[in-house]
Amino acid sequence: MRLRRRESLAAYGFLSPWIVGFLVFMAGPMAASFVLSLTDYDVLTSTEFVGGNNYRELLSDSRVRTSMANTLIYTVLHVPLTMAVSLALALVLIRAGRRSAGIFRTIFYVPTVTPKVAVGVLFLLLFNGQVGLVGKVLGFAGVNGPDWTTDGPWIKPGLVLMSLWSLGSTVIIYLAALQNVPRDLYEAAEMDGASPWARFRAVTVPMISGSLFFTLIINTISGVQTFDEVYTAFYGSANQQTYGNDAALFYVVYLFQEAFQFLRMGYASALAWLLFLVIVVITLVQVRLSRRFVYYESE
Amino acid sequence: MLLALVTGCGGGGSDKDDDGGAATLSMQGFATGDETAKTRFDLANAAIAPSKATSSEGSFNAQQFLSAVASGRPPDLVYMERRLLGTYAAKKALMPLTDCVRRENVDTGQFREAALAEATLNGTLYGLPDFFNNRVLMINDAVLRGAGLDPAGFTTADWTTLTGTATRLTALKGDKLQRIGFDPKLPEFLPIWARANGAAMVSADGRSAQLTNPDVIEALAYAVSLIKAQGGWSAFKSFRDSFDFFGARNEFAAGQLGAFPMEDFYLNVLAENSPAVKVTVAPFRGVDGQPVNWVTGNAWAIPAKSPHAALACKWIKTMTASDSWIAAAKARAAARSAAGKPFAGVFTGNKRADEVIFRDVVKPSGNPQFDTAVKTILQTQDSGTAEPAMAAGEEFKAAWQNAVNRVLDGKQTPVQALSQAQQEAQTALDRAGS
Repeated sequence: MRLRRRESLAAYGFLSPWIVGFLVFMAGPMAASFVLSLTDYDVLTSTEFVGGNNYRELLSDSRVRTSMANTLIYTVLHVPLTMAVSLALALVLIRAGRRSAGIFRTIFYVPTVTPKVAVGVLFLLLFNGQVGLVGKVLGFAGVNGPDWTTDGPWIKPGLVLMSLWSLGSTVIIYLAALQNVPRDLYEAAEMDGASPWARFRAVTVPMISGSLFFTLIINTISGVQTFDEVYTAFYGSANQQTYGNDAALFYVVYLFQEAFQFLRMGYASALAWLLFLVIVVITLVQVRLSRRFVYYESE
Repeated sequence: MLLALVTGCGGGGSDKDDDGGAATLSMQGFATGDETAKTRFDLANAAIAPSKATSSEGSFNAQQFLSAVASGRPPDLVYMERRLLGTYAAKKALMPLTDCVRRENVDTGQFREAALAEATLNGTLYGLPDFFNNRVLMINDAVLRGAGLDPAGFTTADWTTLTGTATRLTALKGDKLQRIGFDPKLPEFLPIWARANGAAMVSADGRSAQLTNPDVIEALAYAVSLIKAQGGWSAFKSFRDSFDFFGARNEFAAGQLGAFPMEDFYLNVLAENSPAVKVTVAPFRGVDGQPVNWVTGNAWAIPAKSPHAALACKWIKTMTASDSWIAAAKARAAARSAAGKPFAGVFTGNKRADEVIFRDVVKPSGNPQFDTAVKTILQTQDSGTAEPAMAAGEEFKAAWQNAVNRVLDGKQTPVQALSQAQQEAQTALDRAGS
């Protein structure tokens, strides 16, 4: 019994740096942010308690609806596409020789380390409807490409395509998962006459479903929190800021504007809590659904 | 979390030397780049010796400033756009300069009225004006002559003719733009179009938005129609985004633009990067034929809890004084001459400095067109007007710019967009207690 207690104390001792960090840098600021959301606070003048006014205001704020819709549409397009393309690339890489696989892994991962600010600028250059490379390539194929960066309906699809630039991490996760799928399962399926598609559907997908679920969660959260590249492309410079196309008004961009452009920290905190709630709900739904589709070897 | 974390960002703060008691003044928003900045900076430091100010890096950053103020360690000095002063002044983050002006005998008569108005909220001065950015027309001679037009005859006074000229100068290849005939510079230049049509977008006291004034609506509708006549907003904006704005193959050198209204600094950019390109500079004229000049610029202000307010006051007085500007202009002219390049002068918020600089320091460059352009800008300075300081300047600007964007995107008519903007802007102004 004493040994067990000692072990528990030791465990807490080892955990304490994380616990302290969590309380100071996560839980504390979150609690402070919630308190701020009930106030009218601009950093410069005294704080005034306003109760639920900020929450009532965001329910009637048309820009909240616009930015939330933009963000969710982007996420719904971005997450499946990123997962599908990443899985396709991982399946190709797993078939490559050991030497070339290493080279390709590096090639696919390198764009991930590109700063998102640079990705935003790159988006404007590549997707410029008049002179951009994407438009020119489409032109060679006889397709008259749209104005991706300025035509409202095309802005989110353009950003979704650009988001593929950073899919390296997801590819690496899938690659690791694929390498762990036991070969004998494929051999058994092959002996039973299963087609490649059947093997993929009945062996590969279930065996990597844990990784698929993990990337679904993290890509969804990162999609909902998209900020850097969109802000850089459409709001970053003085020149761009003058043309903040509503189609590119993402939720966190709007939150940032309210906080640091208009100094409405209380309202921005309420916006942050609404986003937190949305992410929690989406994640809970995903976790619930995962029980049906995710296979864990230990089960 | 974002909000909470940001309060941990670095702030201002000052310290004292251990031995001499001399202070080191901190600042935000100003970096000593060329001779114009460096010379004045050195003079201002000499004025407070043995104390001194240390320059910061980069332009004004609201997050950095707020963090410093929130942590109780504001900088001693801050350099920001004049249009922002009203917002921070209304929140008592800036010190009124009334005492500073009286104690240091700052002669406010030396400053241009438009610049002072932009730095004055409810009758109280909060900043000393620095540069004075004028907006003039810049006309690409080669493009106009290529279309059989005389650059000297280009004017914005007659809107019917302007539409015809813009369309004539526009070049399309299929549905791809090859050249913009005339760029009205929307959304950011709506204020100059409104003024050209005889309207102000906000009342003189900065308290009442006037965005539904029929003349403002008409100005917006006309400026948007110019873009529609030249291929529509999406193509227009995409093509404009592709300009090598600060490079040798800029839109003038590449023949991608016929004319546009622009801040005066761009003349120096063109002279530097594409000196062979012929550019005619003319005043932007209103429908009554008179020059219209919407001016902006930066100002020096002292944060409310500046640890060394008295020294900061002396410092900004020297920084913006006519003698400092003249010395800076001489240093800049010498540097340009040594590099074999022309000096276009500096357009300052200090009219006495401008008189001396353009009389004694700026010499003929040998390029008559360039010299004429400089004279034109100088003349337009007197017609310069600015928006008054507003307690919700950022919200006001966002409201009308979003309105322009909605019209450009085809989501709303000018009446609908500006009506919505009027409501948003007035709500923000009322809330801020303008």
